[in-house]
Amino acid sequence: MLAKRIIPCLDVKDGRTVKGVNFVDLRDAGDPVELAWQYSEQGADELVFLDIAATHEGRKTTIDLVKAVARQVNIPFTIGGGINEMKDAEILLNAGADKISINSAAVRNPQLINDLAAAFGAQFVVVAIDTRYLEGQNFVHLSGGRIKTEIKTEEWVREAQERGAGEILLTSMDHDGTKNGFDNGLLKKINDSITIPLIASGGAGNQQHFVDVFQQANVDAALAASVFHYGEILIPELKNTLRSNGLVVR
Amino acid sequence: MIGIINYGAGNIFSLTAALERVGLTYGMVNREEELDQYDRIIIPGVGHAGAAMQKLQASGLAECIHTIQKPVLGICVGMQLLTDFSEEGNADLLSIIPLKTLHFDQKIKEKVPHMGWNSVSIRNDNPLFSNIEDNAYFYFVHSYFIEYDTAYTAAMCAYGLPFSAAISKDNFYGVQFHPEKSGKAGEQLLLNFSKLS
Repeated sequence: MLAKRIIPCLDVKDGRTVKGVNFVDLRDAGDPVELAWQYSEQGADELVFLDIAATHEGRKTTIDLVKAVARQVNIPFTIGGGINEMKDAEILLNAGADKISINSAAVRNPQLINDLAAAFGAQFVVVAIDTRYLEGQNFVHLSGGRIKTEIKTEEWVREAQERGAGEILLTSMDHDGTKNGFDNGLLKKINDSITIPLIASGGAGNQQHFVDVFQQANVDAALAASVFHYGEILIPELKNTLRSNGLVVR
Repeated sequence: MIGIINYGAGNIFSLTAALERVGLTYGMVNREEELDQYDRIIIPGVGHAGAAMQKLQASGLAECIHTIQKPVLGICVGMQLLTDFSEEGNADLLSIIPLKTLHFDQKIKEKVPHMGWNSVSIRNDNPLFSNIEDNAYFYFVHSYFIEYDTAYTAAMCAYGLPFSAAISKDNFYGVQFHPEKSGKAGEQLLLNFSKLS
């Protein structure tokens, strides 16, 4: 049986982990490569690195980081942030990234999804979408949820799939940071409307939230950051909880 | 030392990184003469099977692969190339193992591509899977699969239907999953391949 995936997400800037990390036995909490290795040892199924560096110099450090992760980590990983054109994606592919995630760039230039999928395969292209519920509807937001667009989330998800996205990473801005659980209603609705894998993001606070999102929305993967970084949820324990609830995990 | 068929079908950084992690040495095979320098051969491959076959033919290496007497391991599309035919681009392939590569679409109700970790059931104690427990998880990303076959399937996986997670015939082996991305089980499989005689 295909296993449900657990994906820790790491924010990096200039080659260093940004958010605080609270692993007991970590030599260097700011080193994304060591963190990535730790997560893979704990049984994480995949990793996402979100590059929040804006500078050219920062990007170069990110490429070095991707190479180091690809050398040392034996599970798949995705790089997001700062990918605006084909060239950006190709550099990351050649550095060893398994997937790239595009967000605002895809909204501004939807053809980028087609071009990336045609050049590198759909499996390489994750379309990340930040969504917020306003006046009865779900709207796509840009720049970490700060800028509202007029695009309806459900329509954009469908378009991204049609253009060749290999996966959708959906972050509910209403749930993100609340630790009150994933947006299971919206995730189920979106999941039922697509035929490509869906990664749930935003709202994870405890192990039950992961059970709920897999059971209620039947998503393929669930992503979280702080609950893993601060050791509030340990991946081996989470996997045991999921298993005891009848879910298939690795 | 492992020779990697270098025919331009996708990035091989992850593969070479995995070989380095487990302490295996490798080199690139660009021409037929270079096959002699290695005691075993890996055919990598991602992307479109039909396109990969064209690249292999353009490299001049397609004709000689069936003559190789050493252990050969095809990975993902590299495995599919060993079969007779792929529905991806309706392409005739190397015909080393008499199986077909088919599209998941229309055949299963599950999502396509088959992406993520799936458990693999090992058949007949295939040496490629030595020291790997039955039903171990491996990382898959593919939309086309090789049909299950009682003679040539070395490990079975189920996704809507049973298919070949691994195949073998004589000195030729293929795995549909990515051992270079499949954690410790994947690294063990690469080590096992390095010890096949």
